[in-house]
Amino acid sequence: MGAYFKELFSGTKSLFVGLQITFGQMLKPLVTQQYPHEISTMTPRFRGHIELIPKEDGTTKCIVCGMCQRSCPSGCITVAGEKREGVKGKVLTKYRLDFTKCSLCGMCVESCRPGAITFSKEYNLASTRKEDYTFDLLKRLEEKAK
Amino acid sequence: MSHPLPINNQESFVLNLGPQHPATHGVLRVKLTMDGEYIMHAEPVLGYIHRMHEKMGENRTWAQFMPNTGRMDYLSALSFNHCYAALVEKAMGIEVPERAEYLRVITVELNRISSHLVWFGAFILDLGGFSPLLYAFDDREHILDLLESVTGSRLTYCYFRFGGLYNDIDENFVDGTREFIKTMRERLPMYHNLVTKNIILIKRIKDIGPISKETIRKYGATGPVARGSGIDYDIRKNEPYSIYPEFDFDIPVYTECDSMARYMVRMDEIEQSMRIIEQALDKLPEGPIMAPKVPKILKPPKGDYYQAVESARGSLGMRAVSDGTNKAYRLKVRSPTFSNLSLFSEVSEGMLLPDALALMGSLDLVIPEIDR
Amino acid sequence: MDSEIIRVIAFLVGVIAFAALNAAYLVWLERKEAAHIQRRIGPKEVGPFGLLQPMVDGIKLMTKQILIPDGVDPILFRLAPILAMIPAIMCFVTIPFSQELVARNINLGLLMIFAFASINVLALLLGGWASANKYAVISAARAVAQNVAYEIPMLITVITMVMITGTLNLNDIVAQQPNISQWYIFRFSASPLMPVAFLIFFVCSLAETNRAPFDLSEAESELVAGFHTEYSSMGFGLFFMGEYANIVIGSSLAVILFLGGWQDPFGLFPGVWWFLIKLYCLIFTVIWIRWTYPRTQFYGLLNLSWKILIPISLFNLLLTAGFLKVF
Repeated sequence: MGAYFKELFSGTKSLFVGLQITFGQMLKPLVTQQYPHEISTMTPRFRGHIELIPKEDGTTKCIVCGMCQRSCPSGCITVAGEKREGVKGKVLTKYRLDFTKCSLCGMCVESCRPGAITFSKEYNLASTRKEDYTFDLLKRLEEKAK
Repeated sequence: MSHPLPINNQESFVLNLGPQHPATHGVLRVKLTMDGEYIMHAEPVLGYIHRMHEKMGENRTWAQFMPNTGRMDYLSALSFNHCYAALVEKAMGIEVPERAEYLRVITVELNRISSHLVWFGAFILDLGGFSPLLYAFDDREHILDLLESVTGSRLTYCYFRFGGLYNDIDENFVDGTREFIKTMRERLPMYHNLVTKNIILIKRIKDIGPISKETIRKYGATGPVARGSGIDYDIRKNEPYSIYPEFDFDIPVYTECDSMARYMVRMDEIEQSMRIIEQALDKLPEGPIMAPKVPKILKPPKGDYYQAVESARGSLGMRAVSDGTNKAYRLKVRSPTFSNLSLFSEVSEGMLLPDALALMGSLDLVIPEIDR
Repeated sequence: MDSEIIRVIAFLVGVIAFAALNAAYLVWLERKEAAHIQRRIGPKEVGPFGLLQPMVDGIKLMTKQILIPDGVDPILFRLAPILAMIPAIMCFVTIPFSQELVARNINLGLLMIFAFASINVLALLLGGWASANKYAVISAARAVAQNVAYEIPMLITVITMVMITGTLNLNDIVAQQPNISQWYIFRFSASPLMPVAFLIFFVCSLAETNRAPFDLSEAESELVAGFHTEYSSMGFGLFFMGEYANIVIGSSLAVILFLGGWQDPFGLFPGVWWFLIKLYCLIFTVIWIRWTYPRTQFYGLLNLSWKILIPISLFNLLLTAGFLKVF
């Protein structure tokens, strides 16, 4: 009988303590971010899809060694280059990223010896078309240089 | 509260719990044979999210499999990272610099706290309380911010590398982590007052879903599930790896065997993880974060390697068989939740549906990790 | 036409409008309050403070297709939501919003409310049964057991109240509590356990209306959505409106019986506003409770009823009878 009343009182008390806590929380400021109205900046290490880094003259540092293509676990990078007259090494002609397969692991960035690629800070990439996720990074670089 | 009932087979019916059901947290399907609200037999049906990670391990180079590890258990991805990195390091004989080991422990323990917080919220959500979930997510958000600032991703981390780490931490991380531990210490009593001491919750999970020591041993359950049944087994203490022996922390063990015990084990583990992080931050040495000579193309010598770590859900083991090439001959993952789930069928027999769901919640299931 | 008939029609339209508006805006209140408890902001995009959100939701519900799955009982399946809504609206007929603002001032008002309120559970049972869904059937069985268990302590408490007030007319009951010291919750001369009686009544009305923490029949993490799993469009909408109307009725009864109805706490300006203020304070508490506690377990619920609420309410009944005899 004593235990019955003890549990009754301690139980009722715990219920009121709970109400008190949630009421306290109600008075505290909001913690959510009102996303479309306020947008947080990405941290410097945020890993978006990869991007070519331009040199001062707007061209790429890529030497078409193909390391990124080989290190990619999902095979989403296609690199092509050609020999050109008067230029040492190969010249990048195509850098395609199939973002549908990419898992943003960063193996490509790590394996790139000349440091030609980096992560972009883009994350607003929603689309209903598959083609929107095939990025021509060389074209993006050229557009950026303009 | 389980009642052995006189079971009338003619009046039983089959209830499909899942693959889309709010309580299964993913695509687990449990085929329940019910007598009224009592469960006569429960049969978990797996495979709805099987992605053949193990097979992928055989078709990719050792390094290329690293991102996969973060996708098996999305709540404690870093434990899986750690296990795989340690496995390959063991096979290759790579020494990891001390600073990298400390950072591994700090990030893994942060990840463990965030995993337990998600479990805490989801468990209470299973029991019908909604607000604790969002309080827990609020705290977890701080951890995710911290880890994002270091690893670059928020959930499916790929931070560890063979011989070290992807990149070093900055000052903000240390301050942020200390700040987080401070706020978390203030939040834990709030959780206990709001949830743990709540009479409704106590009635819901105390003495519910008792799992005996024998059942635990029979099914090889590990982690908080085993520790809630009085089995003092934690890989961090029993088979020490990394630099865990250097830290002073306790393994919470409860002998009540019920859902409450498993709940308390996890809540105490949050506290213990914070202790480990604090000590690691105090002792954090300077130095490189990457072993000096890691070959570009990994070809571990022929052999059979095994590495176990304590993930948030229990003992996680990875076994690799190398035939000396740049790909694994066989890669086997022993995921903790798979074993933990397998005892559900036996334990839930004769339980009421809501109690069985409380039991299932207390097992802390992460379905992608079961199916891999 | 007879002015009495016009009056009744006007009141009926008013009552239905009140019930529908309440259902709509209580959803808004619920979402806002839940959001702030969880430190979010809640609906805010549609109209100022998201005030038009319930309207948009209502339009969405009304324009959706009513899906009737194969294998359901077509008549009962359609009947159940209507049956959930109508008794709830009927109950409003006798509720005195103020001294004059009452559709029908019936002498047996209290009894009538309980008579109609208990039809609600029939709607849940029919809806669950007719859906031909296992979750819905389990939910319907739970709802019935729960309602049976909680009618008892609730009615015992109400009998206690009737013994004290000596009337079943709700307006008369309110008239007996002109200021705060004479509210029945604080009328210790009638029984020292009056606040406890209020608590019992409040808990029972939570359980009767299937509100959290007693929302076993629609426990979303166990039974998906319970008895209204298979309902779409306004079928679901009517269940929803019925549920909120029942909350309003339960809270109004608590206000009328214990908190002085439309009377001012200081005996100054009695009126409909006081009734509404008290009513919404109680509803606020109901929502606040929902977002604080986990759900009870089924035997926990029955234990609470049979081991705690019924003995205490019986004890209170005896005590009150003794007090009435002695003083």
